[in-house]
Amino acid sequence: MSSLEIKVDHVTRVEGHGNIVALLREGKVDRAILQVVEANRFFESILLGQTFDQVAHIASRICGICAVSHSCASLQATETALGIEVSRQTTLLRRLLMNGEQLSSHALHVYFLAAPDFLNLDSVLGLLKVDPEAVDRAFRVKSTAYAIAKVIAGRHTHPIACVPGGFTAIPSPEALEDLKQRLADLWDDLWKSVDLYKELEIPDFQRETEYVCLRQSECYTFYGGRIVSSDGDSIDADDYTQAISEYVATHSTAKHARWHRDSYMVGALARVNNNGQQLRSEARQALAALGLTPPCCNPFINTSAQLVEMVHCLADSIATIDEILGLGLRAEDVSELPARAGRGVGVVEAPRGLLIHDYTYDEQGRCVGANCVIPTGQNLANLDADMRAHLAEIADRPEQEIRKALEMLVRAYDPCISCSAH
Amino acid sequence: MSDKPTIAFFDFACCEGCQLTVLSLGGRLVDILDHADVVAWREAISEKSDRYDIAIVEGSISRDSDVPRLERIRERADVLIALGACATLGGVQALGNRLDRDDMLRGVYGDQADRFEAGQVRALSDVVEVDYSIHGCPINPEEFLTVIKHVLLGRPYRVPNEPVCMECKFNQNECLYEVGQICLGPVTRCGCGSICVNSGHRCFGCRGLVDEPNLNAAREVLAEHGYDLERIIAMFDVYWQRASVREVIQEQHS
Repeated sequence: MSSLEIKVDHVTRVEGHGNIVALLREGKVDRAILQVVEANRFFESILLGQTFDQVAHIASRICGICAVSHSCASLQATETALGIEVSRQTTLLRRLLMNGEQLSSHALHVYFLAAPDFLNLDSVLGLLKVDPEAVDRAFRVKSTAYAIAKVIAGRHTHPIACVPGGFTAIPSPEALEDLKQRLADLWDDLWKSVDLYKELEIPDFQRETEYVCLRQSECYTFYGGRIVSSDGDSIDADDYTQAISEYVATHSTAKHARWHRDSYMVGALARVNNNGQQLRSEARQALAALGLTPPCCNPFINTSAQLVEMVHCLADSIATIDEILGLGLRAEDVSELPARAGRGVGVVEAPRGLLIHDYTYDEQGRCVGANCVIPTGQNLANLDADMRAHLAEIADRPEQEIRKALEMLVRAYDPCISCSAH
Repeated sequence: MSDKPTIAFFDFACCEGCQLTVLSLGGRLVDILDHADVVAWREAISEKSDRYDIAIVEGSISRDSDVPRLERIRERADVLIALGACATLGGVQALGNRLDRDDMLRGVYGDQADRFEAGQVRALSDVVEVDYSIHGCPINPEEFLTVIKHVLLGRPYRVPNEPVCMECKFNQNECLYEVGQICLGPVTRCGCGSICVNSGHRCFGCRGLVDEPNLNAAREVLAEHGYDLERIIAMFDVYWQRASVREVIQEQHS
């Protein structure tokens, strides 16, 4: 049996620059990695010296897709450090904002980035020819998801109105009512998408791993909570450094991470596996329709888990709007907040998984310490382990098939590479 | 340019938010496909082509190893469009230009720092010739469509060169200075539709300084409201690393 080297420079249909490097010698896996070649922008350094009112604006720029998550994690960290308590209204508006980001980010991946693989197409351009209705559906979901951010924060990338302490402007009740109607109009589109995914042939590959995400007792959380592992531990967000170890892998400008084992997985699949019981009933119906019974140990299922979360976020957004309207919206003054020294850790579930921002401020409210732990960085070691295991199983297949399978596996993680090499 | 021009998207150090903003145009983006073919766009499609008429490039250049790639794109394209603040100004990561590179590398990579590369953050126009600039962090999607139409018609595009205040007045926003807040709108290039002030926040200056900013007036307004110089400079620095605002303000302030 001969050797085979596979190299995919700049994997397409993912965010950022990553190369697949795989080597089979005599049919055995010698190497299978995702090289992250994205330029580091050194956010942890450039945040130093910035005043607390500018930090979230800059931190949001870590990622164009999950800017809301970065903003929310950043604001939480700053608010904890400065001892600022936010209102229930702010928490609910941020929850809605986070839902909108899951919807838009997952829609991008489910429809545009991942779906073409299953349909043997190169891209959404091909899909436009064979199923223009599906593309219309995708655009409708995305534009309504964007509307959530537009109504609450002025824009999806990068949200404007969310600042330490709350919001610089709040939506009108009419705007929220209108948004609720637009969301309700999406049900048919989402169920049709579930029908489409139900028919797709998901590659058969199983590798049990450690799944990590946030958990809150009251809801399926994307905003705040304790960090839990499927290996049994639950820790306070402030103590994340005692559990999660980031380390430098020389083939990646983004750091890798481990907890109990050599690698763990974060993201939609981890959340559905760990917190599936807390999904809204519509999302549990979607799970059943897709034939999924968590825990699922096939990373390719991550895309289906994202679709399940889209259903959850749609239901949760409608319910959250009702709760906000029930509270009665009121403007809050966030212009003058007192500075003080302190440290704060903010945690959210970004679309791709657990995101941590950790800041320390001096007495003048200037940032003197910053650490950001990015979902895709946490997934990289697990992705490499999956690539090795999957490659071993498919080593006897033709080169083109192996190449496509590895690209699909990378895409299943929906990596956000610029974000990971922040 | 061919009868039906071809477009390719590329990016360097950035968050890819401007390309995502382009994607957010949805059906209106599909309309462009009647007039031009998108032949390479790593973030969105797998089709790859080395032949294109129009290159749309997001991101800043921070590693010497990225320069040949940008030069190759420049050679192949008839028209090069800089997309977003990272491409036109260097973006927020240019804040790192004031810091020690080795410290930054060690801060992230520890004892493995030697294996990684970091350099001065540059805008595209610092490295190659740029034909069209679409400012903003992120870009205004409406302006993207306007620029693409100009490019397809072979016409020059006049980048708006009035301060954000002009659009703010059209939008009937209350001036933030009137409520005791600092805003960079008076000296920042408009074209964003004053989107940040519309949402109750201040202008952060992401589209860069207008060509002939009235810095004297800006300084008077700031002094009148008794603002701390260091704080103001820190605000300007987020996007205007290359504009020497620090020097101008410090010199004229002393």
